[in-house]
Amino acid sequence: MGEKTVFKRPESLTDAIFHYCPGCGHGIIHRLIAELLDEMGARERCLCVAPVGCAVFAYFYFNFDCMEAPHGRTPAVATGLKRVHPDHLVFSYQGDGDLAAIGTGETIHCANRGENITVIFVNNGTYGMTGGQMAPTTLLNQKTTTTLKGRSGVKDGYPLKITEMLALTPGSVFLARGAVSSPQNIRLTKKYIRKAFEVQDRKLGFSLVEILSPCPVNWELTPVQSMRYIEETVVKEYPLGIIKDTTGT
Amino acid sequence: MKEVTKLITGNEAIGAGAILAGCRHYFGYPITPQNEIPEYMSREIPAHGGCFIQSESELAAINMVIGAAAAGARAMTSSSSPGISLMQEGISYMTGMELPGVIVNVVRGGPGLGGIGPAQSDYFQAVKGGGHGDYHTITLAPHTVQDMLELTILAFDLAEKYRNPALILADGLLGQMSEAVKIPMNYKPRIMKKDWAMTGCKGRPPLLLRSLFLNEKELEDHNLHLFRKYAELKRKEVRFESFQTRGAEILLVAYGTSGRICKAVVEAARAEGIRAGLLRLITLYPFPEVALKNLASRVNAVLVAELSMGQFLEDVKRVVCDAAPVYFKGRVGGMVFSMEEILEDVRKIARKFIPHKRARRT
Repeated sequence: MGEKTVFKRPESLTDAIFHYCPGCGHGIIHRLIAELLDEMGARERCLCVAPVGCAVFAYFYFNFDCMEAPHGRTPAVATGLKRVHPDHLVFSYQGDGDLAAIGTGETIHCANRGENITVIFVNNGTYGMTGGQMAPTTLLNQKTTTTLKGRSGVKDGYPLKITEMLALTPGSVFLARGAVSSPQNIRLTKKYIRKAFEVQDRKLGFSLVEILSPCPVNWELTPVQSMRYIEETVVKEYPLGIIKDTTGT
Repeated sequence: MKEVTKLITGNEAIGAGAILAGCRHYFGYPITPQNEIPEYMSREIPAHGGCFIQSESELAAINMVIGAAAAGARAMTSSSSPGISLMQEGISYMTGMELPGVIVNVVRGGPGLGGIGPAQSDYFQAVKGGGHGDYHTITLAPHTVQDMLELTILAFDLAEKYRNPALILADGLLGQMSEAVKIPMNYKPRIMKKDWAMTGCKGRPPLLLRSLFLNEKELEDHNLHLFRKYAELKRKEVRFESFQTRGAEILLVAYGTSGRICKAVVEAARAEGIRAGLLRLITLYPFPEVALKNLASRVNAVLVAELSMGQFLEDVKRVVCDAAPVYFKGRVGGMVFSMEEILEDVRKIARKFIPHKRARRT
């Protein structure tokens, strides 16, 4: 009998082996993006700005033009790229520190200008790359290496709902929050990313998909426990769904 | 080449030079004394079909330059001292990623919020790094409004040729003054092809622009590669003006507004019978080490004039070494020395070293 390929690595991924920890969500998210680029035939006009964070090496896994950005400045760099190449598909891939701590200013103003780019925001409530310090999206009472007794609102501030804040900017057109904690959520997240890319191609404005993602190593949970933690605990603070959609479609 | 003469300010001349150089992407944030640059660009860049963004900060501005430069465009930003401090991270990244781009610093008094008067106290920041890591920024020092236009064009060309950021080190006086400028009407910029730019991987393998090399040997090799470029810059791109240095016994060394004032000092000194000359630097990086050393070895004394507490002075002393004693005339805080002030110093030096010639007081 002849062979038929029913599943393979997307062309938009290289064959480099991911360095991410077992149970990390980056691998899934990279794949979702790559599948979509293949389906949309957009690989050759795609430009990606990688973050500082665990996904700093995203450019080894993505099989299209990629560049680095200084920590947090990713939306500004993406703005420069998109203004030169308005018909290319420009997306930034950022963690919670990159987007909602050091890069808050760049994030808000990129959305406020309605820049026609897509931001993929990977929210794992910790600073993975540097060993598990508090992030702006760390939950109250969550223990991190800089909040050993658990995050205290009074002392350490509160989990930041940056995506909900961005909804106030008229330039934001599509803002959604997904998760990679279950097959259903993964499929839903892929739909959100596709919608965001379409918003960009239709030149409607700024789009962002926040994705709740596990960090088993720094959460000190097993990968399965991490998925459960997202489904049972994180979503209470960061509910899934479409936060804003003014596309009318 | 057809020319038009216009009376414009230094800040406008920067903008006009950028447009002539083919810059169609400007990102900037207001700060005195260079607000006229983003204002000019907000009109002219869109009028030439380009993109102007008033960014939310200088941090954002330099990073928009990074993105646009990575995409292959001639991109520029401008600011003044405190804003340039914010851009240091971006400039370091640009050198590591080998991105061209032009940054204009219309220097004001510092440190901190300082003042809005002219100064030359960002020399170290411009030439000695400013940002982290081993790198250099091509640094050009205009001294007239014509220079503001022409050196901006040169900055784009050099930045592109060497894939390195270039900085125009001006000051508040140059930015605000008006002078007649000859503008070449049909100037065609020589824009290089950029096979390294982010344009989408159609018909070629994907490319990557980065400065991160976690392998120590790779990063060392990368640094050595960058410094081979800097060695080439030193060999080929040094620029300076030798003003009445023939037979000079006292050498003034200066750049920018100080260089401009020193020209008047030299002429006045010569009229009094003091053989003074001026080495006016045009490139601060690469520094004209050979020219300075040669001239210093033929004079009795060197006088450095800079609107600082003595930054440029350190490099002059280093290069001159023991060839001649080095004196310094500085003013800071936005104060600018007068021609007469510097001339008085020249007379004092002349009396010390050339006793047989009694300098006449006017």
